[in-house]
Amino acid sequence: MTLTIRYFAWMREHTGTDLETVPLPENVSSVGDLVPHLAAMSDGHAQALKNMRAVRVAVNRTYGDLDTPVAAGDEVAFFPPVTGG
Amino acid sequence: MAVRVQTEDFDVGAESRALQAETVGGIALFIGTVRGLSSDDGVTAMTLEHFPGMTENELERIEAEARARWPLEDVTIIHRVGRLLPGEQIVMVGTASAHRKAAFESAEFIMDFLKTDAPFWKAEERGGEKTWVEARDSDDTARDRWSD
Repeated sequence: MTLTIRYFAWMREHTGTDLETVPLPENVSSVGDLVPHLAAMSDGHAQALKNMRAVRVAVNRTYGDLDTPVAAGDEVAFFPPVTGG
Repeated sequence: MAVRVQTEDFDVGAESRALQAETVGGIALFIGTVRGLSSDDGVTAMTLEHFPGMTENELERIEAEARARWPLEDVTIIHRVGRLLPGEQIVMVGTASAHRKAAFESAEFIMDFLKTDAPFWKAEERGGEKTWVEARDSDDTARDRWSD
């Protein structure tokens, strides 16, 4: 009953990790439910996840938002708005 | 159909020739490059990071949407990652169609969606300082004009 969490760009630098496996907390069924649990993991996590309006989310490599459901085994990625091209 | 994410450079001539076919009457090529020392903000290098797996999915989705809107014979999308210097090629979009209008328009469409949807991030170096590039609202505006 775990989730894989990924961070990119400045969010990776703040959290100090690009990939972590976390136990699925009780009563978490959406990305929005999950964020406070991740933010509590360290000061860097709190900093990275402070302003969720500035963050994009992908669940299992498809864009989602705070309402997107999460379940055991999912990969949830957090990253800033993209700047390629 | 070809979507490639790679560290190495690409040969625009070879990529253009690969898009040629008897049914093709026009090929549009867009090449994006690192704007650096000659611009006013003095970027000395740029590092591109991406989300392996999701990047390819998004580029293939954008290509499929372009093919649904225009009669395209072939499409090539190449995006480099890693550390690049001013003047180096970053991205190429090539579209081949029977007629030029579809080729021109679809290349622009693909670039507009690549800019807002493909998970790439640029960090710029100025001297020893590294800063993450911020997304621009004008890129969202460029994408949204394609909405029906």
